[in-house]
Amino acid sequence: MIQATDEKDIEIERRFVPKAKDINDEIAWAQINKDVLRSMERPRLMYWVIFLASLALFGFGVYCEIYQYQNGMGAADLNNPQVWGWYIATFIFWIGMSHSGTLLSAILHIMHADWRKPIYRFAEAMTTFSLMTAGLFVLVHLGRVWEFYYVVAYPNERWAWPNFNSPLVWDATAIGTYLTSSIVFLYFGMIPDLAICRDNAKGVRKKFYWLLSLGWQGTDRQWANFRVAYLTVACFLIPLAVSVHSIVATDFAVSQQPGWHITSFPPYFVAGALYSGCAAIITLFIVLRYVFRFEEYMTMPILDKTCRLTFAIAMVWTYLNLVEYASVWYGDDPVAKQTLLFRATGDYATYWWAMNFLGSVVPFALAFKSLRNNIPVMLVVSLLLNLGMWLERFMIVTPTFAHGYYPWTWTDHWMPNWVQYGIVAGSFGWFSMLFMLFCKIFPTVSMYEVKEMVYHRFVARKARA
Amino acid sequence: MSKAHTLALFNDFEAAGRALQELKASNLPGFRMDDVLIKSPIEHPELSEMLGSRPVYVQLYTMAGAVLGSTIGFTLIASAQANFLQQIRGGRPIVPIPPDMVLTYELFILIGVLMTVVGCFIAWKLPGNRSPLYNTRISEDKIGILVKADPLVIPKVNGIFERHQPLEIMGEKGR
Repeated sequence: MIQATDEKDIEIERRFVPKAKDINDEIAWAQINKDVLRSMERPRLMYWVIFLASLALFGFGVYCEIYQYQNGMGAADLNNPQVWGWYIATFIFWIGMSHSGTLLSAILHIMHADWRKPIYRFAEAMTTFSLMTAGLFVLVHLGRVWEFYYVVAYPNERWAWPNFNSPLVWDATAIGTYLTSSIVFLYFGMIPDLAICRDNAKGVRKKFYWLLSLGWQGTDRQWANFRVAYLTVACFLIPLAVSVHSIVATDFAVSQQPGWHITSFPPYFVAGALYSGCAAIITLFIVLRYVFRFEEYMTMPILDKTCRLTFAIAMVWTYLNLVEYASVWYGDDPVAKQTLLFRATGDYATYWWAMNFLGSVVPFALAFKSLRNNIPVMLVVSLLLNLGMWLERFMIVTPTFAHGYYPWTWTDHWMPNWVQYGIVAGSFGWFSMLFMLFCKIFPTVSMYEVKEMVYHRFVARKARA
Repeated sequence: MSKAHTLALFNDFEAAGRALQELKASNLPGFRMDDVLIKSPIEHPELSEMLGSRPVYVQLYTMAGAVLGSTIGFTLIASAQANFLQQIRGGRPIVPIPPDMVLTYELFILIGVLMTVVGCFIAWKLPGNRSPLYNTRISEDKIGILVKADPLVIPKVNGIFERHQPLEIMGEKGR
């Protein structure tokens, strides 16, 4: 009887437990250190190509920003009713990107999903740098940059009178909290790895890592406190991430603009954020895997799981997108309905159909294993998904301003000029530059967590034997 | 009497575990299990359990941070809004509770997170706490057991270590 049960268990395991290993679990711990540290010292030539291209793009963005600053917002073709242009659409895009780090590092950490371990570090870094990039757009779109503190929950003693009931003030606070918490989470989770860097570095780098590793020696007391603190911060981050994008959605949902006044906007925004973040993770996964020679850690089974997760989130987003259309279509606001029709058939129809195609149809490529295991295809698909998600934000902001309540304000053909193109492109340069710098200075694969992963599998294998 | 330290380096958790068990059973005078530290490249709860109960108090800092954050958040916002007494509010509440909950919530999280990390740093006794003996191979793949005991007991402790094939035993300079 016992034998029969065992055989049944083995049969179930054979059928349902994936055979592919996430990583080679026979890899030596010392080898993990060696591989990751070597990657930081000697990346492929492509690293410098990407870094210099990012730097150039960022430089052009800075030039455009200076031009806009000196000549006023009109130089960026911003005027009523198109007061936000591409800046706020791109701001939402970058805020969205930041959610994937939380998903991978916090949610999957709590769920003990081991496969996240080799890839969560760069996702966390992506979160931090996306938020920093998003924060820039708040400043860029203001015009009067020196008065940015009006959007902060600022005491009234200086008679600035911020409106504490405004989602814009909530937004600034939420993003500030999220950025601070993300930096803390990223740094805190990296301390054991910084100690490894300290133990292997020389000269100035050794001092740098010595300072950052805070005297970590891997004692049992340090580990015990570290584990509890890391889990607690992860638990805080999950509702925080949801609240940040909900609040960004509230910026729109509580306004009176046609097409924005929808109850489902917050979950729709959160789903969109997770979606674009996951797509960006796939892109960066493929780039880092090649540039830093991480083939042994960022493996195909992990890419496969990330793609499946992205597909699931894409379907949630598709559903909520349809809910948004249905809410407007069956709602009681004829102008909102007109705006929806305008999106589908007006001057921005190409972008609207492209967004729906890229956001809802292209992800079906992720449903096929043969495509999921094809790296060039996945790189293209992930870039297309991100383009679709950027278009989603563009379609939320621009057509609504272009086709609002008052026909005399309609600006149906509006598209930004070179200044906005430059600043938006510059933001991608800024993000990539920071991200690449991070990858060169800090370990992008969590060495201690990969060791844990290998060790647990070793113990399980031994128990089975 | 001042205490001395010794650090033994083991190749794996099993050998370190056996050495710890023998140390625990030895009942050497001038030596307590509380003065033993394990140093390892990853956390190993089973090995830590052999050292006895070592409670973690980080959650208390989290709790304090969360309470403090909510209180500070709401108080700051409400006190700023109280300045609106100087403005005409048209019958609307001076301190509107539902919208204030958003900022209160954000500060609850922010200070909760910061206090958690600060609590952890306090538990690590930063910045002053530097364990006297360390080997860089610990961050690679070796397991260290650090013992603090009377100098007269250290040779006996080292004797226990030596029975479990340590890679290396390190002592303090001059001892």
